[in-house]
Amino acid sequence: MVCHQGAGTGDQMKGIIHTAFERTRLRRAIWDRVMAFILTLCALLILFILLNILTHLFVQGFSSLNWDFFTQLPKPVGEKGGGMVNAIAGTFTLLGLAVCVGVPIGLGAGVYLSEYADQHFAQVVRFVADVMNGIPSIVYGIFAYIVCVLPMKSFSALSGGFALGIMMVPMITRTSEQFVRMVPSQLREAGLALGVPKWRVTVDIVIPSALAGITTGIMVALARVAGETAPLLFTAFGNHYWQRSLTQPIAALPLQVFTYAIAPFNDWHRQAWAGAIVLILMVLMINGWAQFYVMSRNRWSSGK
Amino acid sequence: MNNVIEESKTPLKARVLTGPQAGVSMSALHGSIKVKDLNFYYGEHQALKNVSMTIEPNQIVAMIGPSGCGKSTLIRIFNRMNDLIPSTRVEGEVLVDGVDIYDNNTDVVSLRRKVGMVFQKSTPFPKSIYENIAYGLKIVGVKDHRILNEIVEKSLKRAALWNEVKDHLNKSAMSLSGGQQQRLCIARAIAVDPEIILMDEPCSALDPIATSLIELLMGTLKEEYTIVIVTHNMQQAGRVSDKTAFLMHGQIIEFSKTKDFFTNPSSKITEDYITGRFG
Repeated sequence: MVCHQGAGTGDQMKGIIHTAFERTRLRRAIWDRVMAFILTLCALLILFILLNILTHLFVQGFSSLNWDFFTQLPKPVGEKGGGMVNAIAGTFTLLGLAVCVGVPIGLGAGVYLSEYADQHFAQVVRFVADVMNGIPSIVYGIFAYIVCVLPMKSFSALSGGFALGIMMVPMITRTSEQFVRMVPSQLREAGLALGVPKWRVTVDIVIPSALAGITTGIMVALARVAGETAPLLFTAFGNHYWQRSLTQPIAALPLQVFTYAIAPFNDWHRQAWAGAIVLILMVLMINGWAQFYVMSRNRWSSGK
Repeated sequence: MNNVIEESKTPLKARVLTGPQAGVSMSALHGSIKVKDLNFYYGEHQALKNVSMTIEPNQIVAMIGPSGCGKSTLIRIFNRMNDLIPSTRVEGEVLVDGVDIYDNNTDVVSLRRKVGMVFQKSTPFPKSIYENIAYGLKIVGVKDHRILNEIVEKSLKRAALWNEVKDHLNKSAMSLSGGQQQRLCIARAIAVDPEIILMDEPCSALDPIATSLIELLMGTLKEEYTIVIVTHNMQQAGRVSDKTAFLMHGQIIEFSKTKDFFTNPSSKITEDYITGRFG
């Protein structure tokens, strides 16, 4: 009896659902289309923005992008030509210094978090690293100004490299921790079972196993700080001339682009565009090299 | 630490310089394991109960039993691999060559040099084939290239891998096949001149041909080493081992000569297990 009644209500329910389903069929079909359209539009917008930036850059700056640009110092206002060789070299110098600061600390902290840290402490450090990732880059500039520039009594390449390096630390920490953690635990055990002390297992086996990922992480961090302007404003400061000393103000591409772009001269604007192109190409090169490195390493590993 | 390096350096050189015969007689004296009233806990869970057994030198001992019976736990006791797992506890005595390995004075690193291990999943290091074998030696402090080359060649020959890899020792070890990788791991383990080799299901990821190669290899290796092997494959235990231990629920149900074990088990549970009535 109970069972029969149950079946009756079941049929009724089915009927209700069916009519509702029929009534809303058209509406659902329309919404489906609309949503798909909106999402596609968002995706296209990204491509559009990127293409727009690139075409703009090339249209405006390509004419100034010549051999001189890579070999000559900036010319005074009013004189035609000139280049940004000092800024290009300066950016490479700053990135080199940043790597010296950021990689050892970041990698060391990442490996520590994965291999040695007690879980509660690791949680705290991870949180701090995430917060550090979110700190506006100008704050790193101020920090480097207080820690480096004031005691040295001079703007310098060192303080600029320091600011960029400190910025890289949390990014490298997080990525290298992730990749080191992904190394299978059997590999660690195999090393320990061979009578190898833990720190040697970490250095000789675990880190090399994660090297492809770690390198990618470092390159991504490098590419990100390569274009930073704010941390350099009152650390590296910029320079219109060659500067070989690390304790003196040094030119950097983003800084030079910034100075040239806000100046009221058309020549300088064109040079700023060209500088921006070079900056983007540099970042692309760094990323491309990282990809190539990872691929060639994988190829070696798989024996092809 | 320095002592350890000095200690392990001498036998290695002595062995290479005086040839394999000296090695045989040397390890014939060593490689015994004695377990007395061993209890082992993962936190609250007791994984081994009152285990006592004696493993004599130059024997192959197989451990069989259903999943979770504690056979892997037991084998990992012998080189203190369980130390890596937090909140584990050991009671009782485990003697390797008469020395209590859970004594506070025991140096785990030198214990593991004496008791090598081969794992279920082959674990080549991300290095070349040559470097994989030479690595353990370099850690010990062997620098002489002639000696390194000699030991690498000898270890690869002992592991029946030499002919397949001798022309590309500088290739990545990852490029080898599964069976080759496992033999590489065996070669790597014997390169540092251990007395005992633990094998934790070494063939469970291999095809039958690779498996029979490894089994063949074990027969020749026992002349120099004591081998303890955990296996899920009862036929394998029957084929390769001198003695077989059957574990269940963390206890040793039976531990006897392999011949007797399979033809005339003394316990009803053992008989049920080997005839496939459970497990």
